[in-house]
Amino acid sequence: MSHHTNSQGAETHDYIAGFYIGDRPKVVTSRFEYEDSHTLERFLATDGYEGLKKCLTMSPQEMHDEVRNSTVLGRGGAGFPAGVKWGFTPQGVWPRYLVVNGDESEPGTYKDRLLMERDPHQLIEGCLIACYAAGLSQCFLYVRGEMAVAQERIAAALNDAYAAGYIGKNILGTDFSVDIVLHWGAGAYVVGEETALIESLEGERGMPRLKPPFFPAAVGLYGKPTIVNNVETLANLPFVAINGSAAYTAIGTPTSPGTRMVAVSGHVKRPGVYEIVNGSTTFRDIIYGDEFSQGIRDGNDIKAFVPGGGSAPWFVEDQLDIPFEGKEASAAGSMLGSGAIMVMDATTDIPAAAYTLTKFYAHESCGKCTPCREGGTWLMRMLERVIAGHGTDADLDQMREVGQTICPGDMPHASSERLGLEAVPFPYKMTTICFVGPSAWAPLHSALTLFPEEFEARVTKVPKRVSIPVTALSGADA
Amino acid sequence: MTDVPTEVAEEPAIEEISEPEPDPNAVQVTLNGSAVTAQKGDLVIAVAEGNGAAVPHFCYHPRMSSVGMCRQCLVEVDTGRGMQLQPSCMITVSPDMKIDTESPTAKRAQEGMIELLLANHPLDCPVCDKGGECPLQDQSYAVGPGESRYVEEKRHYEKPIPISDLVLLDRERCILCDRCTRFADEVAGDKLIVFTERGNNTQVMTFPDEPFASYFSGNTVQICPVGALTAEPYRFKARPWDLEQQESTCTTCSVGCRTVVQSSRDELLRYQGVDSDPVNHGWLCDRGRFNFEAVNSEHRLTQPMIRTEAGLIEASWSGAMASASGLIRETLANGGPARIAILGGARGSNEDAFAWGQLADAIDTPYRDAQLGDGLPGELLGLNRATIDEAANASTIVLLGPDLKEELPVLYLRLRDAAEKKRSKIIEFSATDTGLSRYAWKSVRHEPGNQTDAVESAIADADIAAQLASGDVVIVAGRPNLAESSDATVAALQAMLNAAPGAKVLPALRRGNVVGALSLGMAPTGPVGDRGDAIDALTAAAEGKIDLLILVGADPLSDCPDTDLARRALAGARRIISIDTHPSESTKLADVVLAAAAYGEKSGTTTNLEGRVTTLAQKVTVVGTARPDWMIAVELGMSLGDNSFGADHPLADVASVNDVTDAISATAPLFAMVTRQALAGDPNGVMSAQPTALLPAVSVAVAGRNSYDYRLVVNRKLYDGAIGTAMSRSLVNLAPGAAAHVHPLDLDGIGVTEGTEVKLISAKATAVLPVVGNNNVPRGVVWAPFNQPGTGSIEDIIDATAANTDVRIERI
Repeated sequence: MSHHTNSQGAETHDYIAGFYIGDRPKVVTSRFEYEDSHTLERFLATDGYEGLKKCLTMSPQEMHDEVRNSTVLGRGGAGFPAGVKWGFTPQGVWPRYLVVNGDESEPGTYKDRLLMERDPHQLIEGCLIACYAAGLSQCFLYVRGEMAVAQERIAAALNDAYAAGYIGKNILGTDFSVDIVLHWGAGAYVVGEETALIESLEGERGMPRLKPPFFPAAVGLYGKPTIVNNVETLANLPFVAINGSAAYTAIGTPTSPGTRMVAVSGHVKRPGVYEIVNGSTTFRDIIYGDEFSQGIRDGNDIKAFVPGGGSAPWFVEDQLDIPFEGKEASAAGSMLGSGAIMVMDATTDIPAAAYTLTKFYAHESCGKCTPCREGGTWLMRMLERVIAGHGTDADLDQMREVGQTICPGDMPHASSERLGLEAVPFPYKMTTICFVGPSAWAPLHSALTLFPEEFEARVTKVPKRVSIPVTALSGADA
Repeated sequence: MTDVPTEVAEEPAIEEISEPEPDPNAVQVTLNGSAVTAQKGDLVIAVAEGNGAAVPHFCYHPRMSSVGMCRQCLVEVDTGRGMQLQPSCMITVSPDMKIDTESPTAKRAQEGMIELLLANHPLDCPVCDKGGECPLQDQSYAVGPGESRYVEEKRHYEKPIPISDLVLLDRERCILCDRCTRFADEVAGDKLIVFTERGNNTQVMTFPDEPFASYFSGNTVQICPVGALTAEPYRFKARPWDLEQQESTCTTCSVGCRTVVQSSRDELLRYQGVDSDPVNHGWLCDRGRFNFEAVNSEHRLTQPMIRTEAGLIEASWSGAMASASGLIRETLANGGPARIAILGGARGSNEDAFAWGQLADAIDTPYRDAQLGDGLPGELLGLNRATIDEAANASTIVLLGPDLKEELPVLYLRLRDAAEKKRSKIIEFSATDTGLSRYAWKSVRHEPGNQTDAVESAIADADIAAQLASGDVVIVAGRPNLAESSDATVAALQAMLNAAPGAKVLPALRRGNVVGALSLGMAPTGPVGDRGDAIDALTAAAEGKIDLLILVGADPLSDCPDTDLARRALAGARRIISIDTHPSESTKLADVVLAAAAYGEKSGTTTNLEGRVTTLAQKVTVVGTARPDWMIAVELGMSLGDNSFGADHPLADVASVNDVTDAISATAPLFAMVTRQALAGDPNGVMSAQPTALLPAVSVAVAGRNSYDYRLVVNRKLYDGAIGTAMSRSLVNLAPGAAAHVHPLDLDGIGVTEGTEVKLISAKATAVLPVVGNNNVPRGVVWAPFNQPGTGSIEDIIDATAANTDVRIERI
């Protein structure tokens, strides 16, 4: 783990300059413009903990209704409404827990990291509001192990908030008591999956649990009802508590209200995290808009982009005018996932780009499910060979075979006017427990489907092998 | 290919409902187009397999929780939202569910999984012990793609590496199904093998410097679906298709686990556990699994022997039997039946014990005993007896006995499971920590010998009283300490029964067929106070009152807690006849040695601690000219002149062991139901009836103890100096060795460091043993394992007649 002593270093990030441009609604980034945004003093000076105070004047049910009416969608990837999720916990089972998923490790995604580094008290306030509204007695903040600055600042913020009486017993003199525990992750991508995160929190290997029976809302941490929420999701709650659900739904579209943090990286002029109006902002706005990424570097053409984190199927320029909205993205053959856009310009070596992603997911497989453990690495090895120029067209066929075993049936992909392809809508089917396995295949599948010529140019054609059925060889009766 | 049961659990049977009123737990589902009735909570895979639709699988095991790891059992399931591929080991049936195990989608997924599982599998089947009985091999043939398209380099690991003295691990063959690691964690409670590394490099591994030293490690070899785990005693000994097998029962201890006994070329090569639902759930302990090596031992007695002036020399059977018969007749003529004692019979079959009981009756000796002063009075068997299932489902389990993990290991598994699954609360009374202490709801430590007081104060506790009153209670009663009188346990058991009058009792007597032997004529017959039990017989022999001591598979010099008494008894008895399988300290002193057939060499029946009678299989021919014990008894019984079996005696005309089995059911009232037909009808066995008896009244006077003294606790470890262990090449080095264990803080008091030899001075004698600091031993107590190899002998200082044994520990 990297050593971290210089917390000053986090205060000058050129690549997030986009926050300061324009007059856009700021739900979660309102304090980002301050150098000392992570301190309790700045937080209190800018309406900090006002949401909590207002929330404590309401009944838990009223606050829960407020969140439900605001339709805050989960920002971890699945996009499920948080207020509805809270309602899934069984009545009368105690204790029940809130687990904050701060194990942000999806390739291309770094929005939660900024929310934790820049405004830890906002997250803490969100946790407290969630605990109050959903009736949770203890909160575990699981923060990715590599995020040293975030760890440091959250720890400091927790200490300050405890000292000031915002956390702990009888918060602000009420009979509402919650403890918040900070937990360091141990460095596994799969722990971003909520049941694997719970396993890790319990001290076990980070491996996903089967759903059913382990739906966290019913059987979660230590076998108790557990709400697992993403950092960004919770960071929205102070705004909802202070301004009400109407103010929140006034931003964005009816199906995707509020704002959304989008991390843009790759071949754009100005990569960064931007808080965009949810649902209506298009990919073209984000990639080419002056207030956002300001277009492709060196004036190049765009070749492809990943719309929602490394595991999402790719889009091409045909999809640029789709709004950043869950259902629209699904229909077009991909997903918004963790809200990370990675842009590839015309100079990109597509097989190499796919290899980077496939290698990541093969490496991050926890080893539980056979298709992911064996299939992911197999895909990576074949791709390695193809890129090195030692592959054959049989390897390309075999990639599709292995992919079919991981994701049976039709695999989603974007439409392409260039190739005359119709879109296959998201989601895919899968033979694994969690999305790590399919994630090793999805980018490679997109690359193979949308840019077949780049692969075919690298492989030698060999005559097809004739496959002799085993029954003919051995006479064995299957 | 032989039908080797790598996994012999019966799937829950799904029966059609015949009653008119609907079963509230019935769930109607469609399986491959046919209507099937399942039970609520049934797993889809169990329903499919129970109805003839085989679903390939590796990680699923019916006796362990499902993990959905291998993904091989994917089938298509429709719960109203259209067909979805689902792991059938993870989902339970729901009303109107449609299951398709053979759809093209399901088949494609299953074939794909096999291809991926084989990708990194070395396919070294020709040199793999599992080849021929390998689930991966079988299912690759059945549902696999038939050829490998994987051309990358496979994973490489050092192969194989020993992970314990008994088990070797080949990580290249491993398909990471989590069965062994789950077994170690869930079933055995010895979480000593785990997954390490991640993703494609995931591997099963032990912790550094900590071997997989589990008493149950052999089970992981049996349930491994590939050849990744192999057992040292069987490696490269046979191919599965060369093995012949017969179902039998393990008689290593009295749990009576069902096994298959496998041999090749007339040599025992392997035992495998069979899933007997009421008994062992498919598991075996390593001692029971691997002690077939003792049967094959080169040290076996193969011929009868007679003592001459030149010492023991081999003799013909007719000569040896004439000698033995002559010794009995001579003793009867000169001294009468009271100068003959017969000890043993618990190591054999019911038939052996019955025949020897009948011979003891014919001789009319007052001295007979199947125990050697190391058990409890036979009245224990007359208490309201519990079955293992009743114990493992009772709301309260009271432990008043030895460390079950050491003495009755599979019973330990069953009771541990009961506590882990929260079916039962365990209340344990023990002088030291035992294997079950960590699972006990209350674990009461008492001064050795003082368990009655501990029980009395426990039942005065409101929580414990409420727990005892809350439901059924099963008391597991055995001998916890060989250095104290059995009266201490009898009194404590009586106190517990007074507090919980409805409680059932499960006898925890250790020796294989001790219940059968005690029930079929080898229990002492005298009244309380003048029983004629083993201690009485040995005492009489030591005093020169026994002219002929007959040892039927009994070795008092290593099994009687009071070795000094045994030594004096064997010296004091004028003549000794020993019937045994291996030479022992006792056979060396015998005048006539009769070579006995061992386990696997004789058929018959055996009775476990519940009273459950199951069959024993003869799988190999006897070594040399050895004979089963019953045959020797019958032949002697026919040659005793006036004392011979009469013409109408049930054993007068027996020609085979089946005749003896029939004679038992015809003449022993408790075994009237145990006919050969009944036994043939149920592999789980037939329950014998139980007698009714009251515990003998005992008075326990626990003497005060000098505060400089340590009170002695002696009991058995799984591996000790017994023949089954000592004669098994793979097990002999597992015995921990003789030592005196005290609390680590007591080491300072004694003024020694660990490993130093100390003197243990009792009122009777002195023993010299290395001392070991052990946190399981309370302060003021010294614990020593019984019958261990080593230089010192703790048995020397035990007094069989004393209530307790106190020792002073001194530096040398």
